[in-house]
Amino acid sequence: MTKQTKTLPFDVEKIRQDFPILHQEHHEGVPLIFLDNAASSQKPTQVIDAISNYYHNYHANVHRGIHKLSEQATEAYEGARKKMRDFINAPNHRQVIFTRGTTESINLVAFTWGRKFLNEGDVVLSTQMEHHSNIVPWQILADEKGIKVEYIPVLEDGTLDMVAYQQMLETHPVKLVTVVHSSNVLGTVNPVKEMATLAHEHGALILVDGAQSVPHMPVDVQDLDCDFLAFSSHKMAGPTGIGILYGKRDILEAMPPYQGGGDMISKVTLDGSTWNDLPYKFEAGTPSIAEAIGLGVAVDYLSNIGMDKVHEYEQMITAYALERLDEVSGVTVYGPDASRKGAVAAFTLDNAHAHDVAQVLDSHGIAVRAGHHCAMPLHDILCVTATARASFYIYNTFDEVDKLAEALEKVKDTFIL
Amino acid sequence: MEDMYRQMILDHARNQRNWGLIESADFDHEEHNPLCGDRLHLTLKVDDGIITEVGWDGDGCAISQASASMFGEQLIGMSLDDAMKLDKQVVLDNIGLDLTINRVKCATLSLKTLIVGTLGARKWEDIEDAE
Repeated sequence: MTKQTKTLPFDVEKIRQDFPILHQEHHEGVPLIFLDNAASSQKPTQVIDAISNYYHNYHANVHRGIHKLSEQATEAYEGARKKMRDFINAPNHRQVIFTRGTTESINLVAFTWGRKFLNEGDVVLSTQMEHHSNIVPWQILADEKGIKVEYIPVLEDGTLDMVAYQQMLETHPVKLVTVVHSSNVLGTVNPVKEMATLAHEHGALILVDGAQSVPHMPVDVQDLDCDFLAFSSHKMAGPTGIGILYGKRDILEAMPPYQGGGDMISKVTLDGSTWNDLPYKFEAGTPSIAEAIGLGVAVDYLSNIGMDKVHEYEQMITAYALERLDEVSGVTVYGPDASRKGAVAAFTLDNAHAHDVAQVLDSHGIAVRAGHHCAMPLHDILCVTATARASFYIYNTFDEVDKLAEALEKVKDTFIL
Repeated sequence: MEDMYRQMILDHARNQRNWGLIESADFDHEEHNPLCGDRLHLTLKVDDGIITEVGWDGDGCAISQASASMFGEQLIGMSLDDAMKLDKQVVLDNIGLDLTINRVKCATLSLKTLIVGTLGARKWEDIEDAE
């Protein structure tokens, strides 16, 4: 498709007005083109103002205070939880746990559910396309408990080997399947609903890493029938330092607490303690109140656009980006075609190193990420040490994609003879 | 109107009705409000399914004490089955004040103790979450 053939699902220029950071010169006379959204997205004024308003007008600790400020802060904090419940269609707000982000959400499951319910010889089945945050916690647990971590292979087209998945479920004592919904490198959108059905048929639970899916498409935990969903605020127009762990209620209730401290207890004596109800059992200490409120506003912002429209637009700009990148000779883009891909294009340019590519793009005002993107095992399989990655969000334009393609031609002039 | 409620709350908070635990009770359960440390221990005598005697003790603010005192009076003569079907509005109506989010838990601790002790924590969470 070309950029003129379809009307856009929303007014991108209007969206851009809400993101103050985009309206700066990256270098003198060079406007900023921010294409590092898979690492972290920018924030609209509405989110920034909500955080500022909280600190200006009603900051106090939540849950304990009887005074008005504490009541206001508690209402806003718990209100944000209910917005998150609605956003992912969780049955109950008690199943929405505030964490520091996707990484902490996965670690929470590993070190509470995993420690209690996994035994020596049990298998945690992950994939070869995971972010380190969905590999390393399980490796730590493997050292501690004698469990095994196995990986579903990635096929040449960048999708998961579903035949191997079924075989592994049949031949291994799999207790948990833990899989990325949308790869942060390949962009592959994995069939997690189908994978959940298969996992459950074999008596395993499934954890979905939604860090790269929840910000970009409608995600419904009841439709997917996942047992856990982990995602981060900062990739979806919200602040850093906060994320969500969703879990099925029976499972969360059976899990021991993650950290001990205030807010997570029902009663404490010097001989022992009992735990507070969900979700507070997993939220020890003073939470990230401003960040939760900011995330709630980010979710309002995305919902106002409509997640189906967000997804539609990103499919269009990704398809266009793949088309333009394909025209640059020497560029190899990794992962499946645009119809099966999130808004990510990880690529190499002949023998130019990704860091050099990113450096030259930066001089053209274009921010991309270069490296292994916290997915070293996947890069080993792709037989590259590093890729450059352009990733898109609601405020990126087709013109910016053109500028990326033009700048890559300049990179070739510099590095490739 | 609010003054009348306030007087009633203070009266019940200072002179708690049915104070003191029943020995060899048919129902015996203690719950806590983790937000502020309130504690409520509720005991009941049940004959032929009817609550005939209530005894309780606990620590807490005037709202939680008054709420428990009024709730205890209500329970006497009620069937346990009916008591287990009560919603939180019953105890909130006893207090009659417009309570803020953190204080609602003080007023509902007595009902929570009955429900958690009979039907379990999940049932109480459902009652607490009802909008």
